[in-house]
Amino acid sequence: MGFISSFRDNLGAWINKIFKKKRAKIGLYGPPNAGKTTLANRILKDWSGEEGTFGIVSPIPHETRRAIRKEGLIIKANGSTIELDIVDTPGMATKIDFKEFMAFGLSEAESKKRAKEATEGVIEAIKWLEDLDGILLVMDSTEDPYTQVNVTVIGNMEARKLPLLIVANKMDLPNASPSKIKSAFPQHAVVPISALEGSNIDSLYQAIAAQFG
Amino acid sequence: MDLISEEKMENMTSMEKIRLILDKVKKGKIVVLESGLTPDEEVRLIEMTMTEIRVDEFTGIEIESYPSKKGGSFLDKIFGKALKGRMTVIGPANQLRTIEKDKYQISTKVSVGD
Repeated sequence: MGFISSFRDNLGAWINKIFKKKRAKIGLYGPPNAGKTTLANRILKDWSGEEGTFGIVSPIPHETRRAIRKEGLIIKANGSTIELDIVDTPGMATKIDFKEFMAFGLSEAESKKRAKEATEGVIEAIKWLEDLDGILLVMDSTEDPYTQVNVTVIGNMEARKLPLLIVANKMDLPNASPSKIKSAFPQHAVVPISALEGSNIDSLYQAIAAQFG
Repeated sequence: MDLISEEKMENMTSMEKIRLILDKVKKGKIVVLESGLTPDEEVRLIEMTMTEIRVDEFTGIEIESYPSKKGGSFLDKIFGKALKGRMTVIGPANQLRTIEKDKYQISTKVSVGD
């Protein structure tokens, strides 16, 4: 059975290569507050022509607690076209303490509810890892890149031999340091951007077309 | 603190490893794994941790390891062990805190009697 399934997968990959199927399901991953939803909203605004958003953005961690998927976004860059299904996933974490949310002014009841939903969100993000063609790993350029979430997500993509693009976000902030990210993960492409301001976003679209197209 | 050898871990299934780690960490122990976990085991550990978080009892884990490195031997590659786990430290989130981490060193602070 394993041989048949492996043969079927390989055949599928070859057919895709031969006919240059340029459709990919891409997940946005990263720690909470890295700017995943801000980037997802930016991509949607730039390429869908519709007014909708992936979700609301806030400074409180774990604002996104359910994965949200938008299908059929056509991205054109480098003279090629790629159709993307994008999944904005909840922030990955190894710990969730409701008291963290109370520090942002939420009531105890609200904080406990958010903590419970956040744990479910992390599980959902992990489940999606098995169902993607590649990921954009969004990192906050002002933070230390050696977090376990980053190390674990990158390790998983490498083990599955799936493409990965690192997005060094928050370049609009004065203490942003994308060179730290590049030096931490030199084996992967890193694109510095500001999802909030849209700076260098065209380079990201070119990298997406090159990486996933 | 428990330092667990590579020999002990290599005879265990993924689920046995995860259960062993979580049981120890939930009892307040810091666990150091000589050879670490595979990337897939790491996400399973995070997933299982999320299911066991309880308000005022267990807020999760702090886990730190180095980025995976590729297995060097020809046999490793043949048998699909191209990515090797590396030394890993895991502890209760309310007792173990990472101070600094880079490619070569992990500095942590452990609070006792929290």
